[in-house]
Amino acid sequence: MMGALFKIRGGVHPDDRKHLTKDLAIEKIPMPPVLHLPLQQHIGAHAEPEVERGDKVLKGQVIARAKGMISAPVHAPTSGTILGLHSYHSPTASGLRWQTITMRPDGFDRWIRRAPPLDPLTCRPEEISRRVADCGVVGMGGATFPSAIKLNLGDRHKLEQLVINGSECEPYLTCDDRLMREKAAQVIDGARIMAHSIGVVQVIIAIEDNKPEAIAAMREAAADVPDTSVVTVPSHYPMGAEKQLIQTLTGKETPAGKLTADIGVVVHNAATALAVHDAVRHGKPLIDRVVTVSGGAVARPRNIQAPFGTPIFDLLEFCGGLKEEPEVILVGGPMMGQPIKSVHAPILKGTNGVLALTRAETASRQVMPCIRCAACVSACPMGLLPLDMAARVRKDELDSAVKIGLMDCISCGACSYVCPSNIPLVQYFNFAKGRLKAIDGEQRKQRLTRKLATLRLTRMEEQMRAKKEAFARRKAEQAEKAAQAAAAQPAAQSGAQEAVAQSGGSAETGAAEGGDRQ
Amino acid sequence: MLTAIAVLTGLGVVLGILLGVAAKYLSVEGNPLVKEIEDLLPGSQCGQCGFPGCGPAAEALANGKAPVTLCPPGGKAVASKLAAKLGVSVDLGEVEEKQPMVAFVNESLCIGCTRCFQQCPTDAFVGAPKHVHAVFGDICTGCGKCVEVCPTECIEMRPIQSTVQTWHWPKPAEPAKTAQSEPVT
Repeated sequence: MMGALFKIRGGVHPDDRKHLTKDLAIEKIPMPPVLHLPLQQHIGAHAEPEVERGDKVLKGQVIARAKGMISAPVHAPTSGTILGLHSYHSPTASGLRWQTITMRPDGFDRWIRRAPPLDPLTCRPEEISRRVADCGVVGMGGATFPSAIKLNLGDRHKLEQLVINGSECEPYLTCDDRLMREKAAQVIDGARIMAHSIGVVQVIIAIEDNKPEAIAAMREAAADVPDTSVVTVPSHYPMGAEKQLIQTLTGKETPAGKLTADIGVVVHNAATALAVHDAVRHGKPLIDRVVTVSGGAVARPRNIQAPFGTPIFDLLEFCGGLKEEPEVILVGGPMMGQPIKSVHAPILKGTNGVLALTRAETASRQVMPCIRCAACVSACPMGLLPLDMAARVRKDELDSAVKIGLMDCISCGACSYVCPSNIPLVQYFNFAKGRLKAIDGEQRKQRLTRKLATLRLTRMEEQMRAKKEAFARRKAEQAEKAAQAAAAQPAAQSGAQEAVAQSGGSAETGAAEGGDRQ
Repeated sequence: MLTAIAVLTGLGVVLGILLGVAAKYLSVEGNPLVKEIEDLLPGSQCGQCGFPGCGPAAEALANGKAPVTLCPPGGKAVASKLAAKLGVSVDLGEVEEKQPMVAFVNESLCIGCTRCFQQCPTDAFVGAPKHVHAVFGDICTGCGKCVEVCPTECIEMRPIQSTVQTWHWPKPAEPAKTAQSEPVT
């Protein structure tokens, strides 16, 4: 069904180090003593807490509801008691705290009454996407974009293909590999459900050639399923980036600043397909995932099925702890993962790996000056000039870096990987993108400031005018009174000039009084 | 000879009239540069530059009577934009990048005198006479006008704390410099 594959630009071939965990079956972690569930486990607006301290919740119960257009609810991964809503460590590079619901499992793991199964072939596409949204399904490859929104893309775009991304190009990670081997039929079923929801016929499942067992398992499961093909793609980082994957499969390049849907293709992760299968067929919300815990510092690397909110500490303990002091602990893969500051931080919907890397593995070396060898240019999968962009960012010329394509950078880290001078190229770009976002926020605030300042100015002017008017009115009233008084005086005290002088004088006193009263 | 004089005179008269008409109908009121500069300034009328507001400051900038580094809340970003607009070079190293601040009211000391919110250029204060005041952190521009007028010194400026959402990677440290050459990247 699929023709020849197409070549992509650049890329690198890091040592995949998947042998540590690729042959280890998925194991379930015993329920940890506490679960920390952040309100922001997805891209978009954070969820709104629905529970209070001391509440008893059941497995699968909504504990925080989606808020706004792009958001996702959070469900209790097991039954237990809510210990509170507080500020807790985030598994991010910042290490800052964020709003988290902490619960203590009661050990009974009692389910709430689940939504009835949907028959995907008879129900309307909206019903599927609503169910997926209600179950809190987000992209599980790491981007954590709410999946339901991507299932509605068919309304506005002419879509031709659904690609299930099973390439898993990051070194070390094997969670999707294991999932496709152990739950091939469910992944394919999830993929068919998604295809039905977005209104496409053709489903392509792309798997890198370093996972022959997963390819075989998926081929077998897809054998009787029409319009579904499993395609072997070369092991080549960053094959799992959606734009690169689509280009490999179809030869079509996503234009700068556009979505893949604009060229008729939607990409979902294999784990997301399984989550959609669970949501639609079993009414099961997204409450756990498979995480690869690996790296040279981990005693026994494993593929673990863990509920969200499991502290990373418990995951490492389940793997026999650390056999040596790690140089860094990452969430995600070694190329794009984020170093964490606290092992007490929990795993989230997008956490596909926890890596404790030794000094030998990180191979951090001294940064040397650029020798303009352009190895980064050959490695960039987006066809950018990393050395030039970094030079501009270094001089704080962010706008000129944007002009040469900073915003098209996918932060894959291929440039930093190949740099013989060990220049932290991708770190420059991440800094620049973050700084640009902050500047954007500042400008929004500046516009708001201007608006508020003008509003205040007009209000002040209005108040001033009202004061002046009131003052003038009182003055007129006083003058009138004085005139009346003067008219009422007997004619004996006549003399028109005197009367005028008197009225003027009393008006002045009135004005002074008026001023005091204000 | 005469023809030449006539032609040149005619040309002079016609072009003169054209220029006169154009000057009248295509005239620009005020200096357009002032408006453009004002758009670059924060617009909070805080007065920290020493001018009574962003309008007069923009005018001074346009006339070359003020340096482009005059705006303390704008920091490097505004200074570099102003320099680009006015075509002058500027040493951004001299611009002190102030950490963004917001006003904070110590509630136990606030007597509800309302002086702070009479001063606030963006109405970021909430409160009423004899009621404790508070600040909307997201619209406070950190100009510090309220700090000066508070009779009980209960207002302080605090740096804005970054959150998981607003945090971003810092700029990587400079590469090691060799004795002979400057690093290029």
